Amino acid sequence: MFLETSSGISRPPTRREILIDRTFRGLTFTFALGTILLVGFIVYNISSTAAPSIAEYGFKPLTENTWAAGSNKYGMLPAIWGTIYSSVIGVALGTLFGVSVAIFLTEDFLAPRYTVVLKNVIELLAAIPSVVYGLWGIFVVIPAIRAVVPSFGGPSLLPAAIVLAIMVLPTITSISRDALGSVPPKLREAAYGLGATRWETIFGVLLPTASRGICGSILLAFGRALGETMALAMLVGNSNNLTWSLFSPANTLAALLANQFPEAGRPEVSALMYAALVLLAITLLVNVLGTLVLARTSKMEGTH
Amino acid sequence: MAATPPPGPAAEVPHDTAALEHSLRKPRTLFSAGLTVLVFVLAFTAAVPLFSVLYELIVMGGGKLVREGARFFIELPPAAGMDGGGIGNALLGTLIIVSMAAALSVPIGICAAVYLAEFAPASRFSTSVRFCAKVLTGFPSVLAGLVAYAAIVLVTGQFSAIAAAIAIAILMLPTVLLTAEDAIKMVPKRMREAAVGMGCTPTQVTLKVVLPTAMPGILTGVMLAVARAAGETAPLLFTALFSDYWPTRNPMEPMASMAVLIYNFAGSPFPNQIEIAWAASLVLVFIVLMANIAAQIYSSRGTVR
Repeated sequence: MFLETSSGISRPPTRREILIDRTFRGLTFTFALGTILLVGFIVYNISSTAAPSIAEYGFKPLTENTWAAGSNKYGMLPAIWGTIYSSVIGVALGTLFGVSVAIFLTEDFLAPRYTVVLKNVIELLAAIPSVVYGLWGIFVVIPAIRAVVPSFGGPSLLPAAIVLAIMVLPTITSISRDALGSVPPKLREAAYGLGATRWETIFGVLLPTASRGICGSILLAFGRALGETMALAMLVGNSNNLTWSLFSPANTLAALLANQFPEAGRPEVSALMYAALVLLAITLLVNVLGTLVLARTSKMEGTH
Repeated sequence: MAATPPPGPAAEVPHDTAALEHSLRKPRTLFSAGLTVLVFVLAFTAAVPLFSVLYELIVMGGGKLVREGARFFIELPPAAGMDGGGIGNALLGTLIIVSMAAALSVPIGICAAVYLAEFAPASRFSTSVRFCAKVLTGFPSVLAGLVAYAAIVLVTGQFSAIAAAIAIAILMLPTVLLTAEDAIKMVPKRMREAAVGMGCTPTQVTLKVVLPTAMPGILTGVMLAVARAAGETAPLLFTALFSDYWPTRNPMEPMASMAVLIYNFAGSPFPNQIEIAWAASLVLVFIVLMANIAAQIYSSRGTVR
C-alpha cells in the first residue's frame, strides 16, 4: 500500500510519530499551563504563609506606625505610604524625562543614526543591576544632593526617588516610543498641512492619539517602581517614618522585606509575608491595569 | 493673534504672508523653539546617569582590578578590616545559581512558547498564558525570593542555592517565554508549509524546521534573561543568603553571589570592602552590558536581513 522511500519523508506519519506528536503537544501544553499555575501558586503561597498573622492582627497593621518584632507590633502604614509616595515621585520624574526622550526619538529632531545611539543608551540603563544603582546612589547621588543642600542628612526619599526615576525611564521611553511611532502618518501630515508648528502637532495631535499607550507605559513603570527593592533598601533610610518630606528617611514595603527577612523569627516571617501580600496586591493591580490598557491599544491598532 | 481681517481680499495679501512668516519674535514660534531646546536638554540629561555610573565604576573599581589582576577573580573575600581579597566564590556562586536557574526556566519557557506560537496561537487559553507571563514580568523580584523562601527554605530549614535557583528561574521564565514566542512567530510560514507538505507531523515541523530557524532569536532572549538574572539581588538575600567560603557540591547549602557581595560590602565601614564592592560592580556591569550590547547588535542585524 505505502511506497517505500529511502529518505523516510513524503509518506504519512507512522503510529510512533503520531505518539511522539501527541506527547510533545501534551508537554508544551503542560508547561504553558504551568505559567498560569505559577502565578496562582505565588499568590497562594504568600497568602497562606501570611494567613496566621492576618488571622491574629486583622487589618490593624495596615493603619499602625511601629514595626517592632520584639513587642509583636507590625505596623506597616509608613512602609505602604513610602512605597506609593517614592514611586509616584520617581515615576513623575521618569515620565517627564521618558516621554521627552520618546518624543525626541520619534519626531526626527536629529538624524536617525544619532537617535539610535540615544535609544540604545537609554535601553542600557535597564540592564544595570539594582544593587549597582544602590551603590552609585550612596556614593554619587547623596553627595550630589548634599552639595546643593548642605543640611541634607543622607539616605532618604529624594535619592531613592531619583534612582527610581532612572530605573523606570527605559520602560516609559520604549513603550511611549512605540505608541508615538504607531500614530498614523496621515494625522501628522494633516496637522502640518493646516500650518501647525512641530510642537502644536505634538501636543494637539500626537500625544492625545498616543495617550493610551503612554498611560500604559506609566502604569507599568509604576508597577515596577513599587516593587523595586535593592536600590531602595540601600537609599531610602529604612526608618518607619510617616512623612511628606523628601529629605527625611522613610521605608518601603520591598525594603522592609529585604532588611527584616534574613534575621526574622517565625512570627515575624508571617507578618512580613502579610506585608508581601499587600505589596503583591498593589503591584498586581497596577500591572494588570497597565497590561490591559496596553493590550487594548494594540487591539485598536489591529482594527485600524 | 492678527485682528479679524476686513473684507477685501486683494488688500489682505501682505498681511497674510506676514502671519505665516517664521520669526522668533512670534509667540508660537518662540514657544516651539523653547520646547525644542527643552526636549534636547531633557533627552540628553536622561543619558547622563549611564555615563555617570560607568565613570564611577571605572574610577572607583578599576584601580582595584588593575592592582589585583587575576587574583581578584580567584581569591575569597577579605574579612572585616583585612587587605586584599577577591570575589572568587561570589563569581563562581553567581555562575552556578544562574546556570541552575537557566536549566530550569529555559526548557519550560521554550516549550510553553512553542505551544503558544505553534499549537494554539489564538485560543483563549493561550491569551491567558500570555497575560500571566506579562504580569509575571512586572512581578517584584523580592516576591519571587519570598515564594522560594516559603516553599523551600522554611520547609528544609536552611538557606540553599537550590532555593535561589528556583527564585531566579521564576524571574527568568516570562522573559524567555515571551521572547521565544516572538522569535518563533518570525519564522516564515512557507517553511512550515513546505515541511507539512513533506508529510511532517506538527512536532517534526517544530523540532526540525521552526526551532532551528528561530534559535538565534530564542538564544538572544535567553542571553538577556541570564544577564538580568546575574544582577538580581533581592531574591538571593533570603534564599542563597551568602557564604564566605567556596561553593560546595551540595546545592542545599548557602552560596555566595556577586550581587549579595556588593550589597553586603556597600554598607561596610572598611574602605577595602567598599573598593571590592565597586570592583565587583564593575565586573558585573561589564558582563551584563556586554551581553546586552551583543544581543542588540545581533537582533538588529537579524531585522535588516
